[in-house]
Amino acid sequence: MSATTEVRPAAPPPAGKPVGAGRDRPSGRWELWTWLFMRVSGLVLLVLAVGHVLIMHVLDDGVDRVNFAFIQLRWGSLLWKSWDWAMLVLALLHGVNGLRVIVLDYVRPSGARIAINGFFTVLGAALIVLGTIIVVTFDPSAWPGAA
Amino acid sequence: MATTEGRAPEGDRKGRFGPLYKGHEGQYSWLLHRITGVAIILFLFAHVVDTAVVGWGPNAYNRVASVYHNPFIRLLELGLVAAVLYHSLNGVKIMLIDFFPTLTRHIRALGIATVVLFVASMIPITLLMGARILELLRGGA
Repeated sequence: MSATTEVRPAAPPPAGKPVGAGRDRPSGRWELWTWLFMRVSGLVLLVLAVGHVLIMHVLDDGVDRVNFAFIQLRWGSLLWKSWDWAMLVLALLHGVNGLRVIVLDYVRPSGARIAINGFFTVLGAALIVLGTIIVVTFDPSAWPGAA
Repeated sequence: MATTEGRAPEGDRKGRFGPLYKGHEGQYSWLLHRITGVAIILFLFAHVVDTAVVGWGPNAYNRVASVYHNPFIRLLELGLVAAVLYHSLNGVKIMLIDFFPTLTRHIRALGIATVVLFVASMIPITLLMGARILELLRGGA
C-alpha cells in the first residue's frame, strides 16, 4: 500500500531479514507498475531533463537567448522535437504520480484524495494533450522573418 | 532488575534527537526529494503552458519569454536548476539501493556522495547563472 519513494534506513532489519536484503517492493499490481515506472522514467529523465536544464538554463547564455526565433531553429530539428515531446510526457506522468503518492501519505479522507488526485490527473492529461498538439503542429516555416 | 537488551528506551531516543522521524540523515534526503519534486512539477504545469504560447506566433511568445529576463525570476530559475539536480542525483541513489539491495550497507556513503556531487556541480552553475543575474541587475542585456 505505501508507495514511498525514499528509503527509511534507520529501522533495524526485521527478524529473518539480513542487512543488505534491501527494502520491500510495493505489493499489488498497480503499485508495483507505478513503482517501476517511476524508476524507468526517472532514468530516462536523468538524460532528458538534466540535459534540458543544462542546455536551456545554464550553458551558453542560458535563457537569455530563448525567444521565438530560437524555438523556430530548435524545433526545425526532429531530434529536439522528439526530445521535448518525450520529456513532456514522461515528466508530467512522473510528476503527477509523485503527487499522487504524496497525497496518499498526507490526505486521509477518501473523498479529498479522489478530488485532489483527480484534479492533478486531469490537469496532467490536459497538458500532455496541449503540449503534444503544439509540438506536433509547430511549423518553423510558418512565421518567416520572425527573428 | 537487568534489562535484556542494550539499546536505549524510546524516550531516550526522542530526547536526543527531538521529535524527528527516527533521527537519521536519510529522513532529510527523503524530505528534500519530496519538496524538490513538488516544486518541479508545480513549475512544470506553468512551463508547459508558457511554452505552448509558441503556437500563437512570435509576438505572443516573445512577450511571455520576456518574463525570464526579470532578475527575481532568474533567481527562482537558479533554484529550479538546483531542485532538478538534487532530485536527479538523489533519484539515482534511490535506484541504486532498490536495484542493488546489498548497497543498503553503504547507504550513508551514498548519501554523502549525493550531497558532495550536488554541491560540486552547483558551484560552477551558480557562478554562471549568478553572473548573468548580476549583469541583468546592472541593466545590461
